[in-house]
Amino acid sequence: MHPTISIKGLTKTYAGGFQALKSVDLEINRGEIFALLGPNGAGKTTLINVVCGIANATSGEILVDGKDIDTAYRHTRSKIGLVPQEMASESFETVWNTCRFSRGLFGKPASPAHLEKVLTSLSLWDKKDTISMELSGGMKRRVLIAKALSHEPEILFLDEPTAGVDVELRQDMWNVVAALSEEGVTVILTTHYIEEAEQLADRVGVINHGEIILVEEKEKLMRDLGKKQLVLHLQAPLAEVPAQLADYHLELSDDRKDLTFSYDTRQNSTGITALLSELRNADIHFNDLETSQSSLEDIFVDLVHKDQ
Amino acid sequence: MNFYAVKAIYRYEMARMFRTVVQSIVAPVLSTSLYFVIFGSAIGSRITEIDGVSYGSFIVPGLIMLSIMTESISNSSFAIYFPKFTGTIFEVLSAPVSYGEVVLGYVGAATTKSLIIGAIILTTASFFVDIEIAHPLVMVTFLLLTCVSFCLFGFILGVWATGWEKLTIVPILVIMPLTFLGGTFYSISMLPPVWQTISLFNPVVYLISGFRWSFYENADVSVGLSLGITVGFLVVCLLIVRWIFKTGYRLRS
Repeated sequence: MHPTISIKGLTKTYAGGFQALKSVDLEINRGEIFALLGPNGAGKTTLINVVCGIANATSGEILVDGKDIDTAYRHTRSKIGLVPQEMASESFETVWNTCRFSRGLFGKPASPAHLEKVLTSLSLWDKKDTISMELSGGMKRRVLIAKALSHEPEILFLDEPTAGVDVELRQDMWNVVAALSEEGVTVILTTHYIEEAEQLADRVGVINHGEIILVEEKEKLMRDLGKKQLVLHLQAPLAEVPAQLADYHLELSDDRKDLTFSYDTRQNSTGITALLSELRNADIHFNDLETSQSSLEDIFVDLVHKDQ
Repeated sequence: MNFYAVKAIYRYEMARMFRTVVQSIVAPVLSTSLYFVIFGSAIGSRITEIDGVSYGSFIVPGLIMLSIMTESISNSSFAIYFPKFTGTIFEVLSAPVSYGEVVLGYVGAATTKSLIIGAIILTTASFFVDIEIAHPLVMVTFLLLTCVSFCLFGFILGVWATGWEKLTIVPILVIMPLTFLGGTFYSISMLPPVWQTISLFNPVVYLISGFRWSFYENADVSVGLSLGITVGFLVVCLLIVRWIFKTGYRLRS
């Protein structure tokens, strides 16, 4: 089965000479939730805009559902729904009319039942006759999602969908994305909230300076690149780490009360048992201990810093 | 053809007109009625007939042209500029629609609005002055061609404009003077010879002359030439619109 989106050698150079995308290769699988992470100006929105037809590619090939986005634009665009980063809304139109407009624009006959389903799922049904300018920022964001879903897309691009929305709404949107994924919709998500990607994504891509620097299964990424740490809360402050513990590369906290040991869970021997034994020999005692695993955010920051 | 998309754009634009009915319909009808009251009834009664037609009746075709040209430009330029300004244009650009369908939706709606305004002004004029339409078919042809071509021109203007000032500068500084100097209120045969020659470089002269001929069979230039110039303007606008969509000029980055 071919990927639902296939991007090969995509380059985008703006009129001013700025190269936003540098020979990007990327494949998105049918039905997955793909999180595209990257710092501001990395090329996330440009990539989405080119795939959706809002911006022209300088070179490269993009296939959606196996068809070229230029020569078969009617087919490819009808498959895609886009929730843009900017809060662009038809201020003077009602929620219902603006969603009906979107559905028609994408070549679908009127379907009040579908629009009702979409608006209800986004808690917008009671606002259907309200004009957009009277809605709160969070509600406007929901309307953008409703518009993108009004033509029943098979692929949904969410360009920072939860930017500036409250925690409750963010959770609602996560639920909507999860439900769409269960229905078989492919979701491509860009976000600054790494926890969002951690929560939702099947795979993660990291883009920086217009180049894809990593694409990986989220679980594998966190397993491979994630670090685990053991923190020991000492009974008494320690002046310095004893020399016999140098091999463990322990970090002593500023207040001298915590020792942190980083280890790799993939190794046969993590070194924890030996460390605890050495600590006992060195007459270092602790009250408590805890372990923690690095988040996707830590991994992302590491990757981007390495790429600088 | 994406019929649903054309219908969606057309319906959306028509809804905008009915939402702003005072600005879209009442304002142009009121201003044109004032022209009839002042130039038709008050001042017109002291002006002699032009080519056997009372002055009040003579200015009717010119005033209709004046209104539909300015309204066509205003409606269609705003229709495409506003989504650009608010950012909602992304939806049209990412939709499975051809440029022809986009233009058909926007320009079709703007043309309908202009035709409605033209019909209302014609009806309003009939309350003030006697109107005869010698060639109704020719009259409708000129009306339709003018509406479509100036709506296309407005569409181009809306795409080109990068600010509100640019959006209004062309209608005010170019179209309005050309219309007033194009024979709306007079026959160019009333001008000194040198100004008659200069007037022939004004394309609006041909539109008004042809349109007026359909009413009273009086024309400053031949009807065939008027029709040719009007169609020529339409073709030029169509070619520019086609180029805009082909290159993505000021629409796609």
